[in-house]
Amino acid sequence: MTSSPPATSEGRVRRRRGDSRLGDAVFFNLSRGSGILLLAVMAAIAGFLAYRSGIALSKNQGNFLTTFEWTPDAAHPKFGIAVLAFGTLVSALIAMIIAVPVAVGIALFISHYAPRRIAQPFAYLVDLLAAVPSIVYGLWGVLFLVPHMDGLTRWMDQYLGWTYIFDQSKSGVPPRTLFTVGVLLAIMVLPIITAVTREVFRQVPRMHEEAALALGATRWEMVRTAVLPFGRPGIISASMLGLGRALGETIAVATVLSTNSVLSLHLLDPGGGTFAQNIALKFNEAQPFGRDALMASGLVLFVITLVVNGVARLIIARRKEYSGANA
Amino acid sequence: MKLQRNGRSKALAIGAVALVSTLSLAACGTDDNSSGGTGGASASASKAAIACAKGGQLLAAGSTAQANAIDVWKAAYSAACNGTTITYGGGGSGAGVQQFNQGKVAFAGSDSALKPAEVDASKQVCTGGQGINVPMVGGLISIVFNVDGVDKLVLDAPTLAKIFDSQITKWNDPAIAALNPGVTLPAADIQAIHRSDDSGTTDNLTKYLSKAGNGAWKYPSAKTWAGQGGQSANGSAGVAAQVKQVKNSISYVELSFAQTNKLNSASIATGASKPVEATAANAATTLATAKPAGTGADLALTIDYTTKEEGAYPLTLVTYEIVCDKGNKADGLELLKSFLAYTASDAGQQAIGATGYVPLPKDLAAKVQSTVAALA
Repeated sequence: MTSSPPATSEGRVRRRRGDSRLGDAVFFNLSRGSGILLLAVMAAIAGFLAYRSGIALSKNQGNFLTTFEWTPDAAHPKFGIAVLAFGTLVSALIAMIIAVPVAVGIALFISHYAPRRIAQPFAYLVDLLAAVPSIVYGLWGVLFLVPHMDGLTRWMDQYLGWTYIFDQSKSGVPPRTLFTVGVLLAIMVLPIITAVTREVFRQVPRMHEEAALALGATRWEMVRTAVLPFGRPGIISASMLGLGRALGETIAVATVLSTNSVLSLHLLDPGGGTFAQNIALKFNEAQPFGRDALMASGLVLFVITLVVNGVARLIIARRKEYSGANA
Repeated sequence: MKLQRNGRSKALAIGAVALVSTLSLAACGTDDNSSGGTGGASASASKAAIACAKGGQLLAAGSTAQANAIDVWKAAYSAACNGTTITYGGGGSGAGVQQFNQGKVAFAGSDSALKPAEVDASKQVCTGGQGINVPMVGGLISIVFNVDGVDKLVLDAPTLAKIFDSQITKWNDPAIAALNPGVTLPAADIQAIHRSDDSGTTDNLTKYLSKAGNGAWKYPSAKTWAGQGGQSANGSAGVAAQVKQVKNSISYVELSFAQTNKLNSASIATGASKPVEATAANAATTLATAKPAGTGADLALTIDYTTKEEGAYPLTLVTYEIVCDKGNKADGLELLKSFLAYTASDAGQQAIGATGYVPLPKDLAAKVQSTVAALA
């Protein structure tokens, strides 16, 4: 009837769409800018690594994928990532095998078993582990863990030696091995995995738990039927976050591991190497060409981490359909 | 809605990856294996020997092997001369020479003399001149060992080469026993430890082994370890810690690390009348016999690893300061000459002798001093 009501409703609509307020525009552009910046940084890293690797790869006289040695600054530059890729993946895998079950156990304890008074400080304590610098882990590893791994290593050699991978070919050698590195990495990634899984377990709908209990489930059955299925994607993402740290860990590995350029399946023998450790130890004295070669290995680590994360995302996406998480 | 949520989590994943990779890349650069500060020890002792420049800033970079020596000199020089700032970035010899040839630093510390290509490149920076090697910091490599009941051990180059290449694997091997009559050697496995990082120490040891080892060392000398077997540790400090911790071990470190960790050093049988102990005085004897390898102002040295002279310890090394003989930057020249004159002086050399380096022998030091005085 009058002209004012349409005007106000139009204004309301416009305001709801969010393009009339300055704050909204600023915030929208800020967040979009951050997103673009992130992609730009990613692209810059990938582009830089790819460019430098190209220089190195064109002059490599070995096979980049299968050569064991790393001597880019020699008269005949030869370098390959076989040993490094093997060491990186194996030590990270050992870390995952040890850390994931323990982390899930701790998370369940904190979220479902411990009395509240203990759970809170206990959770802080685990988080505190994440704040320890990796060089401290490295020093602790080489001064304390390595001597104390001796007994376990000998025991595994004696009783599990038939598996080949746990067979020690030379005894009396300090166990500065890929296996010890795996154990150390497990401790280092434990807080990350625990923190994320704990939060996921806390999100389990109360109704699911109560329904399980009402149907006569014991506490363990309730955890198995309601908490774990709901938390599975969370456990996987947490593990991937931890795996990322294990794959990229540098100085702790460099301090503990006794490196060489031999690809050996004997996990209890000193030797091997990882990408990050190799870059850290060779970078200082490397000639410009050697640095390019190290960049090439950095690119491979970059790609491996991307692939691992991509696979993890796929797993989570598939699991979501089957778990009750979306209900 | 579901799709959107999915997209968001994907973006999160990419973010996490980027974060992880940036972090691990950042970590690469920050790890240096310089050997801990020992500077400032003798700052007061040598004021008299310093002829101060008016002031200004001196930038240098390079070898971490001589970083501790430069720290000592820097402290003494800055204490004596007001208004001067000396910065030495220890990024490794390669990086130092690279920065020198880009004109970013006034001098570079280097474990090895300039290669011909690097000399050519230096002519761009040194107008009317070229880069020269000025020997400044002498050092020696101790063969350190940890064997129960053995505190004196004699070894020679071929035996060392075979030990570090896992051809000799027991302490009571006949080759070792022959060099050590009257010493009870255990029947234990030798735990040979080498550097896991690339280092000038490894380079100098393998130079010695390939020159003096009578073919027992089959690899070219290099900063990267090439021998078979054994274990490795990161940095001189890491190697020294392993030798202390692991029974029946043997390794190689620079003298200062052997001294501060109280490790036993082996004597070397060189063909002289008796085995030579690893002391600074014995290393200076070797430096005195070193032959000049450079021409003109260039004082590069060739160390005679096969020397048979009495009391000459063969596992000796010398590191250089790389400067322009002519065409140094005019505004920094006075400070450069003043600082290097001090480091080459008797007082300067004695100051680093106290921290495990080898003072240059008198004749050589005199040559260095006159070269420094002639810089333009």
